[in-house]
Amino acid sequence: MARMTLDELRALRETKRQDMARRDVEGKDIQIIVGMGTCGIAAGAKQTFDAIVDSLQKHGIEDKVLIRQTGCMGLCYVEPTVEVVVPDMPTVIYGKMTYDTAEDLVVKHLIERSLLDNHILDRPAADIVKK
Amino acid sequence: MHYAIVDFIADITQNALEAGSKHVSVRIDESESSFEVQVTDDGKGMDEGEVARALDPFYTDGLKHPGRKVGLGLPFLKQAIELSGGDFSLHSEKGCGTEVRFRFDEGNLDCPPIGDLPAALFSILCLPGDGDVTILRTRKAEGSPRAMAEATARGELSYELRKSELAEALGSLEEASSLALLKQYVMSQEEG
Repeated sequence: MARMTLDELRALRETKRQDMARRDVEGKDIQIIVGMGTCGIAAGAKQTFDAIVDSLQKHGIEDKVLIRQTGCMGLCYVEPTVEVVVPDMPTVIYGKMTYDTAEDLVVKHLIERSLLDNHILDRPAADIVKK
Repeated sequence: MHYAIVDFIADITQNALEAGSKHVSVRIDESESSFEVQVTDDGKGMDEGEVARALDPFYTDGLKHPGRKVGLGLPFLKQAIELSGGDFSLHSEKGCGTEVRFRFDEGNLDCPPIGDLPAALFSILCLPGDGDVTILRTRKAEGSPRAMAEATARGELSYELRKSELAEALGSLEEASSLALLKQYVMSQEEG
């Protein structure tokens, strides 16, 4: 560890602040939920998660979007799965969301407000959804 | 009695801050053979009588610890120095401030261990109080060629920590997240 300067300390604080802000839920109405069961992680959900975080930062909308992880959504055959909840849009579960689709997800779904047609898997079957 | 030299430094600095100082300066100069510390404050100070009584272990003003009959901070420091061959001086002027200066002879077998200096500096910076604290720390090589080589191996050092500056850079010195960064910063200063 080299000797830190005051400017480096300020920069480090800013980085940590941003990391903490990502976990903050206040004022965020868009949710991205990444399925991170064993099946999801095996299919590359961690890389997808990181790619989505990077993409949100790149487009400067990280303060509007809450990104979180969940367990297996029961769609193991199309992992990694990502659920996107945007107000005034249908809630969608996307499948086969490898890390290279993260940019598409952010640009098309969150910014342009259209759906990624080739990845839609809809909601889980009606009998396991509590109405 | 304190175990290590850093415990004395933290103790004396705390006293300085509690004397209502606006600014406390701590100088720590280490060389191959000696460990010298100077703590200067601009607090309420003491007159001659009070200076003499401050070195009496059985005197306390009773304000800090009501009911306690002893005041052992400075007397123990003086004793530790007398036991291990160093210097100690205490100057104070009523209303102006106090200066405590002491030097431990690191070559003496009875010299207490230095202790964990970065951790002590970190806790000094976290002491409560509005006063600003400046810490100046140097480590120099001197003396015989062998001493020079050893000191260079340990690395010559010189850095300054200013509480107000750090509080400004970190926003506050009270939140846990700031303290974790402060600790990392202070530790990194010792790396040379």
